[in-house]
Amino acid sequence: MSSFWSAWIIVLTLPVLIGCAVLLKWNLTNHVGVPEDQVTGHEVDGIEEINNPLPRWWTYMFVLTLVWSVYYLAAYPGLGNWQGFLGWTSSNQGIKSLQESQAAVETAKAEGLNVELDREIFRANEVYGPVFQQFAQRDVLDLAYDDAAIKIGQRLFLQNCALCHGSDARGQHGFPNLTDNDWLYGGTPDKIKETLLYGRKAAMPAWFDALGEQGIKEMTAYVLSLSGRTVNDREAEAGKAKFALCAACHGADGKGSLAHNLPFGAPNLTDNIWLYGASAGAVQETLTKGRYGQMPAFKQTLGEDKVHILTAYVYRLAHPEPIAVAK
Amino acid sequence: MSNKNHHDKIERSVGLLAILSIVAISFGTLVLITPLFFMDETTQPVDGMQPYTALQLEGRDIYIREGCVGCHSQMIRPFRAEVERYGHYSVAGESVWDYPFLWGSKRTGPDLARVGQRYSDDWHYAHLMDPRSVVPQSNMPGYPWLDKNVLDGKHTAKKMTVLQGYGVPYSDEDIAAASAAVQGKTEMQALIAYLQSLGTHLK
Repeated sequence: MSSFWSAWIIVLTLPVLIGCAVLLKWNLTNHVGVPEDQVTGHEVDGIEEINNPLPRWWTYMFVLTLVWSVYYLAAYPGLGNWQGFLGWTSSNQGIKSLQESQAAVETAKAEGLNVELDREIFRANEVYGPVFQQFAQRDVLDLAYDDAAIKIGQRLFLQNCALCHGSDARGQHGFPNLTDNDWLYGGTPDKIKETLLYGRKAAMPAWFDALGEQGIKEMTAYVLSLSGRTVNDREAEAGKAKFALCAACHGADGKGSLAHNLPFGAPNLTDNIWLYGASAGAVQETLTKGRYGQMPAFKQTLGEDKVHILTAYVYRLAHPEPIAVAK
Repeated sequence: MSNKNHHDKIERSVGLLAILSIVAISFGTLVLITPLFFMDETTQPVDGMQPYTALQLEGRDIYIREGCVGCHSQMIRPFRAEVERYGHYSVAGESVWDYPFLWGSKRTGPDLARVGQRYSDDWHYAHLMDPRSVVPQSNMPGYPWLDKNVLDGKHTAKKMTVLQGYGVPYSDEDIAAASAAVQGKTEMQALIAYLQSLGTHLK
């Protein structure tokens, strides 16, 4: 705030306080010309007005509010740029970017300012920080079978992941099932963590322009046949001839990018697991319009320590038994 | 009755009482509101902020039309519980181009100030069509008609011109291209574009 507006606020606020005090003082003196406790002469329906002084309890309350307001304006930020002698503020003000916000937290800490939000977070970190740090140092494969970690992981999952993947983690149309150990970007702890921290963006292009209606039909037949489904053989043969278009991402064998160590997230087409539905119509729609699945990034929202625990939880979903680790 | 009792004059004249009451109240307005129009903190955008695109702007108007603000606030308060759930607390610089702002005061649903990029477009589509398809315990109504209504972009340029007059930095090229940018898009696409833009500058 510029010093003009600071002065503006001070110059308008203080006279109001003084004015209130003067008003009280003035009202405590008898100006009516009628002695106290005497009838003023006003009378309505037999009810007479008596010149009573202000009630004492009311007067004291008025004085108290005045005293409080002076203390409040001295102690807390309120009078323009005056920060208050307590150095208290609810949060860091005037933030224009995340970097500035983080810098303001450091500055306030160095200068000993009493920022309510910072203090709240600092206290919580003191209590919970060590718990998360302890878990963060342990291996995901170990955490995945630690009851305490899984309990925290489950809560994080229900609050942040269940909206798309479902509270049972079995996914739904367009959002992957996390319990079937079938992965688009990899099911190792490192890959799961990478997905959680940075998100994923899938891009299955639309093929209608390239294949045409008949081409889409043929390709659908071939793709379904890869999973051992009964299809029109002639259509499947025709689709197979054009599969080179798809092989760039899904591999020539259709086993998906993961099987070929490629990072596209192109699904395995041979396992009869369908993210957007198993029907010929659903596959046709995918081929016609394309699919653009997106997993949001959680690094900023949750922080790395929580993501670490969540990684263990997601890993456990696909590997309910620790024996799977030994293998 | 003595003429020392000046207060008597105010009590007996309604006009004078009204004028003096307004004077007394105006002190509060002058102190609490006037400086906000001139402070950098409340008039300058946060770093890197862009005005809504034509499509996002139309989406915002659908957000207003459907009354989303009645159940969703867009104001993260500086409390740990809120900051942990929603992200960095809201600052004034994020709302300087909002006419009117949509901070809201009712949270039947969650705060949306930083919902942008938090879910995928597909999720928003599924959720707006039928909220219970993705969140079984939700009591939000579905908005399936948004997927059928198509924007004609008739007023988009006019809206942007008005906002330009308020100081939103739209270029004349932005305004010229506005209609074409939204024509043929569904209201659903516009609303999702708006939602995905929310609060992304402090994220």
